[in-house]
Amino acid sequence: MDGVTDLSDDLPPGLGSTDAATAAAQPSVAPLARQAGDVLDVAAIRRDFPILDKEINGKRLVFLDSAASAQKPRAVVEAMAAFAETDYANIHRGVYALAERATGRYEAARAAVARFIGAPSADEVIFTKNATEGLNLVAQSWGRANLGPGDAVVLTQMEHHSHIVPWFQLQAEKGFEIRWIPVTPDGHLDLSELDRLLDGARLVALTAMSNVLGTLTPVRQIADAAHAAGALVSVDACQFVPHLPTDVVAMGADFAAFSGHKMVGPTGIGVLWAHAALLDAMPPFLGGGGMILTVDLEGFTPDAAPAKFEAGTPPIIEAIGLHAAIDYLDGLGMENVRAHEVSLTAYALRALTERVGDRLTIHGPSEPAARGGVLSLAVDDVHPHDLAQVMDEHAVCVRPGHHCAKPLMKVLGCGATARASFYVYNDTDDVDALAEALADAADFFAS
Amino acid sequence: MPGLEDLYREIILDHYRSPRNRGELAVPPATKTEGFNPLCGDEIVVYVTVEDGTVTDIRIAGQGCSISQSSASMMSAAVKGKTLAEVDDLTRAFKAMMSIHESALGGTPEGDSTGDPDGEIIDAPDVKLGDLEALQGVVKFPVRIKCATLSWNTLAQAIADATAPA
Repeated sequence: MDGVTDLSDDLPPGLGSTDAATAAAQPSVAPLARQAGDVLDVAAIRRDFPILDKEINGKRLVFLDSAASAQKPRAVVEAMAAFAETDYANIHRGVYALAERATGRYEAARAAVARFIGAPSADEVIFTKNATEGLNLVAQSWGRANLGPGDAVVLTQMEHHSHIVPWFQLQAEKGFEIRWIPVTPDGHLDLSELDRLLDGARLVALTAMSNVLGTLTPVRQIADAAHAAGALVSVDACQFVPHLPTDVVAMGADFAAFSGHKMVGPTGIGVLWAHAALLDAMPPFLGGGGMILTVDLEGFTPDAAPAKFEAGTPPIIEAIGLHAAIDYLDGLGMENVRAHEVSLTAYALRALTERVGDRLTIHGPSEPAARGGVLSLAVDDVHPHDLAQVMDEHAVCVRPGHHCAKPLMKVLGCGATARASFYVYNDTDDVDALAEALADAADFFAS
Repeated sequence: MPGLEDLYREIILDHYRSPRNRGELAVPPATKTEGFNPLCGDEIVVYVTVEDGTVTDIRIAGQGCSISQSSASMMSAAVKGKTLAEVDDLTRAFKAMMSIHESALGGTPEGDSTGDPDGEIIDAPDVKLGDLEALQGVVKFPVRIKCATLSWNTLAQAIADATAPA
């Protein structure tokens, strides 16, 4: 399929914007470099991230692993510290003023998340430990209550293990069928058999953006088809929410999960969003304090969502940090974040190919507007671990390995890739350093 | 800090580019044993034939980085034709080399790196390691130690498989 045109048509408003598409179509590197520098003031952004001033091996740190976890701006660190120093107490049910203040700040963070992802109500936002817990919640709560023999769950071959393993775990108990949407050689989803795959399906689990290939998937198109077939849609939005304007309703999702730490927020907090009607009907996942209406010697009655799904003391300080991260990204503007990454990716695709040459393979869609700023790199006859080891000498941080997507690696016919990923604080200097380090690594191992 | 020349000795790159005993053996009489490094996805497949207490043939398959593949290649050359007792000595000597405390090598300790990466205390036998000593520099790069030991751990399992009562 023609990924670019189709994807642009199928994505929510704001994606694949005209500016970004124009930037991607520029004929040479120099105009792209200017474009990449124009959208965001990266020099000013870099000053917000103290770690980027640090040197590694006496060299400028080139951090290109934000798809694994993003660095934290001073605003996030300071918001968490200030909250802990002035407003901290456990939330809910405290009658003293401090507990009330802490509860207010925690719920304000929930409201900020809802606004940021276009959720109709803050009560639809569940705070979890991370995206993995959110996706497990979908399987263990909704899946356990709704799936059995004769049902089918449809996954894509480009899912992260966190959107695969929970369904295998439940399948062992419930005996439903698991089907796979294949991946084409150019890194898109192959939807040619979608109708057949959806026949009898109860749920489709798909990533909005591949953490290996950077592919932006046509979530809305698949969701429309899934809904027409009577199936729900669980979206792994980990790589999407930090990088593109998000509207979970326009996307057609029924569930969407993401992590705070990939969007300049802290570790230890993630989000699961789901439609209120679904959450109302779902049984609780974890039991404990905070999730009940009442408990007696006969049993318990769960509270309503979101409390129903937040057993135990939640990540309170982390929620304050996530709120600050959302404010930071809002300050930049998610449209600008996306445009910056499209132009930087376009620059990188060209610069890396020019510098490293025919030895280089960049997995995934070749068109910047069809992808996020994640580049899975391979150099002929050099293993990604060895590439990354040599690149570390240049203080260039890339991640080698299977990226928790072994089924996709098998489809790609490789055991691993070296992945470079971009975010708001990366610029063309980082890309140039990446190209230089990659070329050096390729030369080092050339026989 | 340790340099790349400590890690990528020429003999390591030679074994990586021209691996010894690469291929498969018919199963049976040989046994086939797979080893995985779940962190990085490296895979080693060891085919081994044990006759009368001696490793009479060995082949290596799988894929992975230069350290894991060259280590497997060197291992195959070192153990072929050796008795099981000699293989055991080599294995313990190699794993002891991989467990030398980094401070002794002038590297930067990261976490608890004393002892074998798998947590065993190694009593090193007095055995000549030959080419395998080229892998000593790997110890200075703690995340790569498991790349070097993967083939030896897989061999130990392979010999257990090959000598298990039918």
